[in-house]
Order: sequence, then structure tokens, then C-alpha cells
Amino acid sequence: MPDIEKDLHTEYMVINMGPSHPVTHGTVKFLVTLDGETIEDLQVDIGYLHRGFEKMCESGTWQQVFPYTDRLNYVSPLINNVGYALAVEKLIGIDVPERCKYIRVIASELSRIADHMTNVAAGGLELGAFTAFLYFVEARELIWDLIEMLCGARVTANYVRIGGLKNDLPDGFKEKTGEAFKRCRTLWKDVNKLLTKNRIFIDRVRDVGNMPADEAIAYGFTGPCLRACGVPYDVRKANPYLVYDRMDFEVPIGETGDNFDKYLVRMEEINQSMHIVEQALNELPAGPINVDMPYYRWQSKDDIYTRIDSLIFHFKTVIEGIKPPAGEVYLAVEGANGELGFYLVSDGTGKPYKCRVRPPCFPLTAAMPRLMKGRLIADIVPTFDMINMIGGECDR
Amino acid sequence: MDASVTLKKLTERFADSIIETHSYRGDDTAVVKKEDIAEICTFLRDDKKLLYNFMMDLTAVDYLGKEPRFEVVYHLYSLRYNRRVRIKARVSESDCGIDSIVPVWIAASWFEREVFDLYGITFQGHPDLRRILLYEKFQGHPLRKDYPTKKRQPLIGPTN
Repeated sequence: MPDIEKDLHTEYMVINMGPSHPVTHGTVKFLVTLDGETIEDLQVDIGYLHRGFEKMCESGTWQQVFPYTDRLNYVSPLINNVGYALAVEKLIGIDVPERCKYIRVIASELSRIADHMTNVAAGGLELGAFTAFLYFVEARELIWDLIEMLCGARVTANYVRIGGLKNDLPDGFKEKTGEAFKRCRTLWKDVNKLLTKNRIFIDRVRDVGNMPADEAIAYGFTGPCLRACGVPYDVRKANPYLVYDRMDFEVPIGETGDNFDKYLVRMEEINQSMHIVEQALNELPAGPINVDMPYYRWQSKDDIYTRIDSLIFHFKTVIEGIKPPAGEVYLAVEGANGELGFYLVSDGTGKPYKCRVRPPCFPLTAAMPRLMKGRLIADIVPTFDMINMIGGECDR
Repeated sequence: MDASVTLKKLTERFADSIIETHSYRGDDTAVVKKEDIAEICTFLRDDKKLLYNFMMDLTAVDYLGKEPRFEVVYHLYSLRYNRRVRIKARVSESDCGIDSIVPVWIAASWFEREVFDLYGITFQGHPDLRRILLYEKFQGHPLRKDYPTKKRQPLIGPTN
């Protein structure tokens, strides 16, 4: 018997998965060294969507960064908007009005719902559950309809501004949200029935891609992937920003950190986010949505067209950009994938000296070799799904 | 003041290594000598009163025209005490390298590769220091301030 094993032809096979592969959500390449079906080594090659985000930010004004942030995590662009706006406001040292805070919370949570739905839907699809995909894409369309009502765009939504918002909530937004959530909850229940106790789904995701909590921390995991390991770290609870400290919501956690737990955490977070949106809509105070500081947030068009001082402020902020005082800040918000941090350095001019994003899926993707070594090649698909790498954010 | 506990402990323990500290907008910041970065990071991670177990972010800033030219910036987070701190180490252009902190936090691995790729700062002791976002044959380091924004380079296909 040992002789046979010795003579058996077991040469490693090296294959490329990607950069354009149906189950790689972004454009990413895995260089897999296989022993039969077992992964001996895995190298992740990213950068295919690198656009030079930071370099572009440094060549525009502070306000011109917003469209670039939409394209970081393009599944939940409004959270990026909110994160960047809050970071600049921290740098300047201003506080936005109450109503604006509530609306920002609503926008963030709607984006989070859309992001988690996309992730779960695509994850199910790639394991063969096409029906669940259709159900959640229908639900996501309803959420995107709401986002379209807010700002006119569905995908590269751009709504938040430094010191305020592009516009107030449209008429009938609350009623529309109520109707959409009613349908979303029905669809959520359907998907839950289709996946959570689905034998095929469970066999593919359970005990795959798990990691002990301390190791996940060392790898820099945040968001649903860390919470699935049992660590209840959520920026919304740890360092509450906006009005999250007034919202009643729970942070779901898992136990083992495997792909099934990541899926369950995301499913529950969809519910919690819907709950937050409803609370915020109910408690929404009246009042202005923009700060009354014409150097940082331009005034209404009525003022700009009729008053000379407003026109001057408008001209100065558009041509030269707003001018935060020289300094540096780091501000983290809870993105759909984890801690989304902005590190900004200002030299006192109208352009950012440095605009750094801490992309939550970057350290998650970096852990792929650790998660995959010794597993089967088929396990790459569910693990990479539940990591939820977003190319635009990872590669910037 | 709870927020400055970290800075106080750091200055007590590493009096000679801390160049300056500040807490602009509530962000505790310490500028340290680059030779001691690994030792300081290990201390921040392991000290019972600090326990900075997350290496949240690692990046660099190019202050062209100043000496030393670069600053490597570390953002740490302590889950146990819910505190954040920013550690900065200045790196000159002539001696453009710093010790890797991958032995302290494995998360630093890709972040250090990114800084190497975009700023050209080398990390001594890094297990696999290669370009990460750009391709191997790319010339120069695009996030340096003296790299022209409009510069074009030929795109070279994959080599393997």
C-alpha cells in the first residue's frame, strides 16, 4: 500500500480563478494551487478596479469628493456619503441640524438593507438558489425606489452634502416606505424559508470559512463577518454617531463565524435596519436640514439669486472649495461590510491634502488564503460570497 | 480624562521615543520615532490597561518639501476599552523604510503592501512585500505628491 501511494501521480495543479469569473463579485483573481480538489495555496490578486481614488480626491475640492465616494461601495453608496460628510464636519468642527441627522440615519439604513439583500441574494444564487435571488432582488428594487425618491438615482446615489443634504425628504416618503417594507418583510420571510433550513444551502455554508474570534480581530475583521464570530463590535453602538444612540436596535452575533453565521447575521440586520428606519421616520423632527454657515454649505437658490452676500459665498465655495482648518481627523462609521473609516488631512486650502478610506472588505479579502487553505475548491464560492468583497471599495 | 490614558501611558513608558502628542478634535495622536515602532505597537497591543487589539488602518502621507518627507499613520482600536489612538512615524526620503508590524497584527500585511505600492516606503521584515493595487512593471509611486496626476503608463498584461 505505501508503494502505491508513493507512485501515485500527485502533482499540484495551478489554476486561475478570475479576474473575470461568474462568482467573483468584483474583478479579482485567485491563483489556486490544488492537490486534487484540495486547496494547497491561494493567492488573491486585487487591483483590477483601481481608479486612483485618493489621487483624484487630492486634485478636486472637498465637495467634489462626493461622487467618488458613491463608487467605493457601490451597493451602499449613501453610507459612504454619510461617512465622508461626517469626517469633513468633524474636521471643520460643525454639527448638523437634528432633522438632517435623522434623514442621514434613514439613508444609511436603507443602503445597508440593500447591501445585505444583494449579498444574501447573490450568495444564494451562486449556490444554485435562483428563487431566493429573484425574491431579494425584487425587495432591493423596492428599497432602490425609495432611494430614487430621495435623490433621483438608483445606483450611484449621491445625497449627502457637507453640512447638510441635497434636499429634504420628498412628500409621501413615509407612506411609501411603509408599503415597501411590508412587501420586503413578506419577501424576507420567503427567502428565510427558502434558505435558512435548506439542506443544500446549509451543506455548502456551514463549517466553511470559520475563524476563531481572536484571530478574526488580528486579521482586522469588522462588520457582519466579525459579529458572526461572536464579537459584538458595531460602530453604531461603540461610538454612536448621528442619532444611533437614540435608536432601539440589537446587534446580532453568531457563534462560529462560518458562512452560515455570516448569512444569519446579515438576515437579522436587515430586520434591525428596517426597524431603525421606521423609528427614525416616526421621530423625525421638523426644522432645517442644512447648517446655517454659508462658508460651508451654500444657501438656497432664492438667496443666491437675490442677495449679494449669498452669491459671494456661493461663488467662493464653488470655485475655491470650502476651507476646513489645517489638521487631521479619523472618523469611522458602520458600513454594510464593517468599519468604514475616513482619514482626512487638511492643509487649510480648498482641496483635501489627503483623503484616505479604510475599506472594510480589504482586510476581509486579505484573509481569504487563511480561510481557504486545506479546504475544497468549491468552498471558495460561498466563502468569498459571504466576505462580500466589493471591487470598487477594495481597489479604490 | 479617559481619552488621554493611552498618551499618558505611552509617554511614561517610551519617554525618549515620543516626539510629540496632540488630541486634535478628540483624536489622540502620538508621533514616535520610527526605530521603535514595532516595540511601541507590541506594547499597545499587550499592555493590560490598553489592549489595542485592532489594527484598523495603516496609511502614509507625503509632506513634500518637509523633512522627513513621509509619515506612516497607524490607527488602532481597543475593543476592550473602546478607545482609539493614532500613531505616526516619520520616514525620510533618503532612508525610506520602517519596520513591519505584521508580527504584531497580521492585518497590517496588505495595508503595508498598499503603502509600499503607492508611496514606495519599504517595510523591513514584511513576509511578502509586493505591489498590490498596481501591476509589477508600473513605474513610480502614484500617491507621492510629485507624481503627475495626468501621467500615463502603458498597461502590461499579466505575466503568469
